[in-house]
Amino acid sequence: MADARKGYSVRTLPGFAIVALFTLVALYAPIAILVVFSFNEGTSLAIWEGFSLRWYRQAIANEAVQDAALRSLFLALSASSVATIAATMAALATTRTRRFPGRTIIYALINQPLMVPEIVTAVALLIVFAWIKVWTGHTSMIYLIVAHTAFCIPFAYLPIRARLETMDMSLEIAARDLYASRWLTFRRVTLPLMWPGIVAGLMLAFVISLDDVVITEFVKSAGQETLPTYMLGQLRRVVTPEVNAISTAILLAGAILVSLFFRLTNRQS
Amino acid sequence: MNKHLIATTSALLLASGAASAQELNIYNWGNYTNPKLIEKFEAETGIKVTITDFDSNDTALAKVKAGGHGFDIVVPTHTYVPIWISEGLLLQSHPDQMENFANMDPKWVDVQWDPGRTYTVPWQWGTTGVVVNTKYYDGDINTSAMFLDPPESLRGKINVVPEMGDVMALAIMYYGGEPCTGDKEVLKKVRDGLVAAKPHWLGMDYGNLEKFAKEDLWAGVNWNGSTFRMRLQNENIAYGYPKEGYPIWMDSVAVLADAKNVDEAKAFQNFIMVPENAALISEFARYANGIKGSEEFMPPEMTTAPEIVIPEELKAVGTFNQTCPPDVQALYTRIWTDLQK
Amino acid sequence: MSEATTHRPTYRPGELEAEANAADNRNRWLLSLPALVIIVCAAAGPLLVMVVYSFLTPGDYGNVKWEFSLEGWIGTLVQRDIFDDTLMWADAHLSIFWRSLSLSLITTFLTLIFGVPTAWFIATQPPSRKQFWLFLVTVPFWTNLLVRTIAIQELIRSEGVINLVLLKIGIITEPIQMMFTDFAIGFGMTYVYLPLMVLPVYAAVDKLDFRLVEAAHDLYAGRWTAFRRVILPLIKPGIIAGSILVFVPSLGAYVTPRVLGGGKNLMFGNLIELQFGAGRNWPLGAALSLMLMAAVMVSLIFYVRVTSREQADG
Repeated sequence: MADARKGYSVRTLPGFAIVALFTLVALYAPIAILVVFSFNEGTSLAIWEGFSLRWYRQAIANEAVQDAALRSLFLALSASSVATIAATMAALATTRTRRFPGRTIIYALINQPLMVPEIVTAVALLIVFAWIKVWTGHTSMIYLIVAHTAFCIPFAYLPIRARLETMDMSLEIAARDLYASRWLTFRRVTLPLMWPGIVAGLMLAFVISLDDVVITEFVKSAGQETLPTYMLGQLRRVVTPEVNAISTAILLAGAILVSLFFRLTNRQS
Repeated sequence: MNKHLIATTSALLLASGAASAQELNIYNWGNYTNPKLIEKFEAETGIKVTITDFDSNDTALAKVKAGGHGFDIVVPTHTYVPIWISEGLLLQSHPDQMENFANMDPKWVDVQWDPGRTYTVPWQWGTTGVVVNTKYYDGDINTSAMFLDPPESLRGKINVVPEMGDVMALAIMYYGGEPCTGDKEVLKKVRDGLVAAKPHWLGMDYGNLEKFAKEDLWAGVNWNGSTFRMRLQNENIAYGYPKEGYPIWMDSVAVLADAKNVDEAKAFQNFIMVPENAALISEFARYANGIKGSEEFMPPEMTTAPEIVIPEELKAVGTFNQTCPPDVQALYTRIWTDLQK
Repeated sequence: MSEATTHRPTYRPGELEAEANAADNRNRWLLSLPALVIIVCAAAGPLLVMVVYSFLTPGDYGNVKWEFSLEGWIGTLVQRDIFDDTLMWADAHLSIFWRSLSLSLITTFLTLIFGVPTAWFIATQPPSRKQFWLFLVTVPFWTNLLVRTIAIQELIRSEGVINLVLLKIGIITEPIQMMFTDFAIGFGMTYVYLPLMVLPVYAAVDKLDFRLVEAAHDLYAGRWTAFRRVILPLIKPGIIAGSILVFVPSLGAYVTPRVLGGGKNLMFGNLIELQFGAGRNWPLGAALSLMLMAAVMVSLIFYVRVTSREQADG
């Protein structure tokens, strides 16, 4: 029953909106600078010398950077998708349940990638994958995809689990009472209820994979540069606004992709 | 129907014949290879080149040693070359027997880490010294005191690049020792001196071009080429060659022992010994190269820049860093950790 | 219960339930299998290599020599003084660990302060706009970390945007030194780890049944009482998930603290990286990271036990 008393909404908490809006502004301030300096005439990321499209032209002409950027996106998409699927299944198995033997082990293993500094996983993977690469002679992107998927899983798992834990089983039990099969119950009741958690997990995993530098640096083979590793190499030399141009382009592409995605899912629901 | 079949088959055969092009996989420092150089190489030889980056000698060594990397050429710093050779990772490609070898500057032929040049070809070389914004200090800058015992006016605005090898070498020479020394007396002074100087430093990081150009930082330890680029953004910036001693380094191009494209790799080594090509390398990262005659092809400001041309009186105190023995390296790591704890 | 149908097996009390449980356990393990396989292959499994390496001797130029040694493990806690050889605690390691731990705790706290309201705000928007806000929060993180960090520097520099604005308004007369300070690190770390807090909390708030909150208000609870007694317990899983996602990775963080803090002081991640790099002591690096991992794992297991006790069964 809506509160007609005084336009009182239980959804607002004093101060929260202000903090939220301030946070969003603070979030975008560096991004705004980033975008602005991508149009910088000069070579600096900080000294403004006039408006110019030269970095965009240079980025379009620079095959190495485009190559790295596309590879990063492809890697992030594949790794985060697989990780989210695996994490969803694991979350369903380990949440809202009585204790079953091995649950703690599963939980510990799933979160293990979070707990080790990346450099250690990177060196360990270098050693193990190198053996495999020498043994099979195969050096494709699969190693990178598997490595990224592994550390993306805990990032996808935790939001999905959090969502599941807040769902009680009454709706699903009701569906079962109405003779729905397990699969039907899952598809029509559980999944839609979980969906925001899954989306949150997917987005998190995507962002994490996109930014990874240490593990990628060690696992990559010849010609498998990603954007972060490319930039890591630049860090000791000189970084030009070219990376701003590329980042802005990725931002734009991402914005378009995500709005398309939301438009599609909204039409369905 | 038959005509179509023949046409398609012959087209496919032709395509597959052309598809077996040669390729070359280079493993180099990030942002250190002139794209124009690669384009020229690809145009002249038809070899397709990929460049993969590394950001530290240790990463490169670890990756190649582990195996399964797919690289043909690697460009380590000279201090690491003896390690690469002793671990059997390099191919003795004999640059000294290649046709362009005559172009090598004689003083770079018999070097301590590769006498006679049987493994490597120079890529670029440079020095590590001090950078000072002369607006804030106008005394003699050719000394490591700029970061180890800084003048009042510079304190709190100093940056020291976290390159353990270079900084330790500068500090050791400042306190009277020889690089790679294990002498505990000297090292105690070094450790205490560094720890005492640290409060005057603002940071220990890379990527400082902006900060110096915009005068957030006024002095520090830096490489010569990087300082050159800073000076182009801010004319008050000057490079100092510490008179107590400063390290010289050289990055060298080598062929890997397990390279798949050996002929292409040797062709590349030969290619960069041509003066015009060496000049292309230098013009990109702004460091000197080891090929004589390349000066004519370099941008004029490089041939006279104080960062590239070492003043006569300071030439003698430049020393090539050496590979320190493991126990000495362990000592230095401890000092470095103590410094940053 | 008819005993006449002889073809039906008879169960002793509890056996039917036990069989159902066993089947249920199997199913749960099967469901978890893909995630477990991937992680064992590409994260936990290779770590066994590190465990082995921690018991070996450092190679002369990095890597390891296949000779057994406990030096790696001993070296995490105890060292010999460089100059007079006396045995002492590895205080450098301990102070570095303490620094990383404090930074992680502060970052987690800050992301809570800013992340929970943000997640709440987004989740309580009308459904048509919820997606838009969520998307607005995540898009900045599609840009590269390094580029974002450089952009943050540009904000807080002496001649950066913040100082310029403050000077213009007249609040200050001289630029504030924000770069290379602890403030810069705190700001940067919070910025980087914010989505890891916002997204799980959002997922939890989104499921919140506001009728319960209304009920609390009907019972004359004020807003803050309702928040404390009703809302918070209900969204706790989200908050805890977010806290783990921020706290644990930030323990090993070193790029952001270095770039924004000036790099004068090592973080634990740097210390470990040093051993695999110029330090050329892989066994020590392996031992240090395994200790970190063990400490975190113990706390996580503790968390599982605690939260599961609070969950009603089924």
